[in-house]
Amino acid sequence: MAGQARLKVRVDRERCQGHARCFALAPELFELDELGNGRERGDGTVAPGLEGKAHLAQANCPELAVEVIEE
Amino acid sequence: MSERAPVRDWATDFDHRDPRWVENPYPIWDELRRSCPIAQTERFTGAYFPSRYADVKTIAYDTEHFSSRRIIVRETRPPLIPAPPITSDPPEHRAAKQVLLPAFTPEAIVRHEPRTRDICRALLARFADKDGCDAAVEYAQEIPVRVIAHMLGVPEQEGDRYRKWIHEILELGITDVAVALRASDEMNAYFAGHIAERRARPRDDLIDYLINVRVEGRALADEHINGTLRLLLIAGIDTTWSAIGSCLWHLASHGEDRRRLASEPGLMSSAVEEFLRAYSPVTMAREVVKETQVGGCTFTPGHMVLLSFPAANRDPAEFPDADQVVLDRTENRHAAFGLGIHRCIGSNLARMEIRVALDEWLKRIPEFRLDPQAPVTWSQGTVRGPRRLPLAFGAAAPS
Repeated sequence: MAGQARLKVRVDRERCQGHARCFALAPELFELDELGNGRERGDGTVAPGLEGKAHLAQANCPELAVEVIEE
Repeated sequence: MSERAPVRDWATDFDHRDPRWVENPYPIWDELRRSCPIAQTERFTGAYFPSRYADVKTIAYDTEHFSSRRIIVRETRPPLIPAPPITSDPPEHRAAKQVLLPAFTPEAIVRHEPRTRDICRALLARFADKDGCDAAVEYAQEIPVRVIAHMLGVPEQEGDRYRKWIHEILELGITDVAVALRASDEMNAYFAGHIAERRARPRDDLIDYLINVRVEGRALADEHINGTLRLLLIAGIDTTWSAIGSCLWHLASHGEDRRRLASEPGLMSSAVEEFLRAYSPVTMAREVVKETQVGGCTFTPGHMVLLSFPAANRDPAEFPDADQVVLDRTENRHAAFGLGIHRCIGSNLARMEIRVALDEWLKRIPEFRLDPQAPVTWSQGTVRGPRRLPLAFGAAAPS
């Protein structure tokens, strides 16, 4: 096992209700669409150093729509 | 106030207008969570009160059995007063909400931040050099009324009129439905005038936006626009006013948190979330439309559910140290703005207003405390917050 597992974030579009907490806490990882609903930026890859923010976004989504996936 | 029988037992005879509940509901909810997590009452022609986060969430998500067509628990069941999308159920809800969302994204809201800051500074300038003020009356209640008036493009100085309607619909109207219906008619006539005016002379505001927006190629009916405007005015004012007031009440009575927040502005955003959790202002309601079971309790059609996001947010099963305000709480899935499809459309606006109001206040008045000579009073009913909040400025004299 070399180093840490790579993380990806994903917003479940069905669950998301647009609380926008992910975007407020980790704008490097999440963006909002024109209705204010969240989605991951790009393919959701979490750059080194942003792992804490990924978990913070997950811990503050009231709809449990943010997933943090270890690859 | 009309005469009401005192509550015999919170589990079987609750009354959210009882003076003990109004003054300090948290111990009542804690006890219910332990002994009878879904309380009931024969008052209000039959209502339920779930006190646990899990049950509140289940009901908020279950739009099949729990309708939003009535969202205030009243003594009687008045005729339906549609205010889409808050009173809409699926499938109508989706389009009614989507039409409004672009005007309330964080990006859209940030444009109103400079005006909000100006409003706060102008209010502070009126009293910051005095010995104290009533922060509910002179500050908290004045901010959202001006901000929402600015967004709607209606006169900011008509705040007294708006607050009168809100008081009549959300407080007096619980027991005297005729008062609520009259206020609703007055608002209807008021906004009909504004809509007609915009049709003659367009302006760049939210009323104009609602007139011009198209849903599947069709304009909104005037009745729909009017209902939505009534909603925005009511929902946008005493909710945020209550939230700002509760934040200042907490900071006035908790010196350590006040000093910490004044000296660490980076804490502001998690602190605002924590205040929203611990002192959530808004309790919604649902009408049971199909019999179902939640949390071991049978919900009977025709009865109302007091959907208490404030109680859910104090549930220790969801929030460790739920009764403690932890300014840097890192895990906070609070439901202050609701859960599910009815997530408060103004959440980004409310957060901005609360943050700016506290930021400007702490910059100008970093030291303040509750005035020991004058009592704090709390609103009654659906929205909880201080209505009188007498504060004394400066550090307390050493005792």
